[in-house]
Amino acid sequence: MNAFSQIRRNDQPIYLDYQATTPMDPRVLEAMMPYFTYKFGNPHSRSHSYGWEAEEGVEKARGQVARLIGADEKEVIFTSGATESNNLAIRGVAEFYKDRKNHIVTTVTEHKCVLDTCRHLEQNGFEVTYLPVQQNGLIDLQVLRDAITDKTVVVSVMAVNNEIGVIQPLAEIGRICREKKVFFHTDAAQAAGKIPLDVEAMNIDLLSISGHKIYGPKGIGALYVRRKPRVRLVPLIVGGGQERGFRSGTLPTPLCVGLGEAAEICLKEMDGEAKRLKKLQERMLKGLQAKLPEIYVNGDLEHRIPGNLNISFAHVEGESLMMGIKGLSVSSGSACTSASLEPSYVLRALGVEEEMAHTSLRIGLGRFTTEQEVDTAVDDLAHHVTKLREMSPLWEMSQEGIDIKSIEWAAH
Amino acid sequence: MPAFAYLDHNATSPIRPPVLDAMVDALRVGGNPSSVHRAGRAARLHVDAARRQVAALVGVLPSEVVFTSGGTEANNMALGGTGRKRVLVSAIEHESILKAVPWAERIPVDRNGVVDLAALDRMLAGSEPPLVSVMFANNETGVIQPVADVVRLARAADALVHCDAVQGAGKAPVDLHGLGVDYLSLSAHKLGGPTGVGALVVRAGAPFGADRKGGGQESNRRAGTENVAGIAGFGAAAEISLSGQDMASLRDRMEAALQAVAPQARIYGAAVRRLANTTCISMPGVNAETQVMALDLAGVCVSAGAACSSGKVTRSAVLAAMGVEPAESETAIRISCGWNTVSEDIDRLIAAWKGLYIRVTHSDLSQARAA
Repeated sequence: MNAFSQIRRNDQPIYLDYQATTPMDPRVLEAMMPYFTYKFGNPHSRSHSYGWEAEEGVEKARGQVARLIGADEKEVIFTSGATESNNLAIRGVAEFYKDRKNHIVTTVTEHKCVLDTCRHLEQNGFEVTYLPVQQNGLIDLQVLRDAITDKTVVVSVMAVNNEIGVIQPLAEIGRICREKKVFFHTDAAQAAGKIPLDVEAMNIDLLSISGHKIYGPKGIGALYVRRKPRVRLVPLIVGGGQERGFRSGTLPTPLCVGLGEAAEICLKEMDGEAKRLKKLQERMLKGLQAKLPEIYVNGDLEHRIPGNLNISFAHVEGESLMMGIKGLSVSSGSACTSASLEPSYVLRALGVEEEMAHTSLRIGLGRFTTEQEVDTAVDDLAHHVTKLREMSPLWEMSQEGIDIKSIEWAAH
Repeated sequence: MPAFAYLDHNATSPIRPPVLDAMVDALRVGGNPSSVHRAGRAARLHVDAARRQVAALVGVLPSEVVFTSGGTEANNMALGGTGRKRVLVSAIEHESILKAVPWAERIPVDRNGVVDLAALDRMLAGSEPPLVSVMFANNETGVIQPVADVVRLARAADALVHCDAVQGAGKAPVDLHGLGVDYLSLSAHKLGGPTGVGALVVRAGAPFGADRKGGGQESNRRAGTENVAGIAGFGAAAEISLSGQDMASLRDRMEAALQAVAPQARIYGAAVRRLANTTCISMPGVNAETQVMALDLAGVCVSAGAACSSGKVTRSAVLAAMGVEPAESETAIRISCGWNTVSEDIDRLIAAWKGLYIRVTHSDLSQARAA
């Protein structure tokens, strides 16, 4: 299978940045097309058949998204993307219950939109506990348990990290939250469609989904909002009262349909795809390890989605490496901050040294990645890393057994 | 072509074919515009090109355009982002304005649906310099508001001005600097672009604080991965709609024909400047819902007011603000044309409207005779 050949031309670089965004699956586009063209009605128009037809498309999609996470379709709200879903979940719940509770628990490795939302709430009188993570990127459940107080309104822990791909223990977190009677929100932008999610079994109250991370379109996402026991939110966008009043604005029918189709495909193909990607991930890692000494995988390798690797190539500047490997599209961290040269705060939180953090690359594998692409990437990476190391005095010193950290650099 | 005459463009306009082509081109590129690699840069090029196209539509710099998920978000962002506590809005604004600032003071409109400038002037005399929000053109009646005059009065009171141009842009020339406003909201799907994308134009130098937190996209004014294909489609739609088309002659022929059938049928805002595509007309004695259903059966799509109230049938707040009696406003429908409207669509509407009116009034007559 390579439906991707319809999208990627041969002269384009190999795409290995599936955590930044995914190409849209041609089957998704096919499902969307009628809603761009002849089924173009406003799904909120109740007075004519164009409106009804669009509404049917939207409601089918809502069911498809619900099934991906074991929810009821009435519990799914469409948004413009995971950033909006995360803003709405955390702020919406915090502001609704602010008369009784004022404390939020999250982690230091969350996506920027969760962290910035929490900082904003801090400026408005809320208290936020940022849980540290262990060296493998996972939170310590006892630390979580201890952080929850009788003032805690919501615990927000991402399902899968966008830089290192590690999977947090959702079911255990959910159990603790339910026991302590606090809401559990999870940013599942990187998890949905890749690992099994079940809002009932995992006691999840709010869950954010992104369209373009699951081979669907950009500009659409969803928020799961539990109905029993009911979670209430203050909306961020008000107006026509669409989406049960949680989110106003004309629903973009083709985008909703695309998200639904993408969710259905992910659910149907999840098991086989996970196995295929696991093999590719192993092939990539073994290939690199065979050719390169001193490379380190950041984050737990077991509790990790198979489509991600995050590797530090000691003594090689990540940015220089990226400039070298022009035939590969990879990144040195999250796309939002990829234009900045700051070392990743996620890697720093794992305790990765700043020097080492600068040498890391995020490699994302996905639905259209082939064995051949992995092999090409391994060769390309090994070639450039070796070349850069040959030019590096630090590499030379480390090979001679000099502890670089012991050197006192002259101040400039 | 279609077996239907779609005359509900103010609810949503079907996508223009070149817009879809532009979107498919953008989809082929893939990529996250924030990524620095080649795929990311290619996506960024599409966003940048569209930013220039949308900027040209309303006469601003590309850097003044902030892409959003639509008109509703743009309106919410504008009203929440200026830092002004006191807000004055016209009584006929869209719900995405009225509900975003439920505490806002309402500027009345006259019987033609035009904002009352003398009233605004009195309200501006208050202690605190406010934010004033007046729409470019009303979504139900198409009546164009005297935005430049609003700005002139507002400036004297140090007020900031926002204009919801969702229903105006692409249908009439809209120029931010000509109007003099500080903020302008746009929606793609009202001008032949895709749903799920819009923009807030923020004049350079106007105060603005982002509400949504996240990855710092759109120059820190609106977080979230850009809807690249949607934005590309918006750009294409903006560019095409710059070359306007003549809708006034279709509209004038239709209105004359309907009033010839029922001389008492009232066309709201007919005495003042309106968008050339919108007609809000009453059919004396016939409920709007009945009209909409009968017209739908005859293959004509119109609406009984705004589409966005999610199916709730409530009386038009716009007509109420114009002083129209409830019994009369319940007989008003909105007919809105667009880029693909042809003369045959208008013929179909006239025939269906006329047929219904004659059926109803004749059955009334026969009932009267029987009694």
